[in-house]
Amino acid sequence: MLITIKYFGQIAEVTAKQEEQIEIEETSISKLLELLYSKYDGLKSKDFQIAQNQELVSLEGEITGAEIAILPPFAGG
Amino acid sequence: MQDKKPKNVFREGAISSDFIGNSIYKHQTKTSIGAHNIFLGQVRADEIDGKIVSAIEYTAYEDMANQKFHDIRESAFEKFELTCMHIYHSLGTVKAGEICLFVFVSSPRRKVVFEALEYIVEAIKAGVPVFGKEIFEDETHQWKVNS
Repeated sequence: MLITIKYFGQIAEVTAKQEEQIEIEETSISKLLELLYSKYDGLKSKDFQIAQNQELVSLEGEITGAEIAILPPFAGG
Repeated sequence: MQDKKPKNVFREGAISSDFIGNSIYKHQTKTSIGAHNIFLGQVRADEIDGKIVSAIEYTAYEDMANQKFHDIRESAFEKFELTCMHIYHSLGTVKAGEICLFVFVSSPRRKVVFEALEYIVEAIKAGVPVFGKEIFEDETHQWKVNS
């Protein structure tokens, strides 16, 4: 499955990119995170939430959407 | 007036006092309104470890953020008797002392606007994916976190 992953704020600093497409076989979010942790040093120590198709999802959930976003703490206002 | 499609809440750079003044002016024709309430978020020149914040650079997950602003708007209209509501948030660089968030609620009666405004601002702070990079005077930075 081809998914788009978006990175924001301090997460985008760690990944040094704002977006990428990844072909994955895994269907759970935790497996995807393991993949990203091995790819990006320092990601694991960051505080973040995950959105799937623009809704926040639990880290134990399944990947059902084509767009995943890794969101650092919110700072609006 | 409720809209079905999310509007774009974001404006590039600071929100000017002219823009805010003009928004108030435009409501003079809506004569069922008896009370307005306005929240203005201003960038604070915090001192952190001896360094002063000179600006915040805002970014957002814009599609999701606009959807969240829309949801907050819909739920505020459900909860409170509001005549209208406007929300504007900055993207890009906003200097210390400038305005980065403008929330404007109007109702026939005053009590409603106090409650509604607090509800909306707290919901924005907690639930909208906007990110702020605090830029210090020496051009180093740290990431802002809402408390």
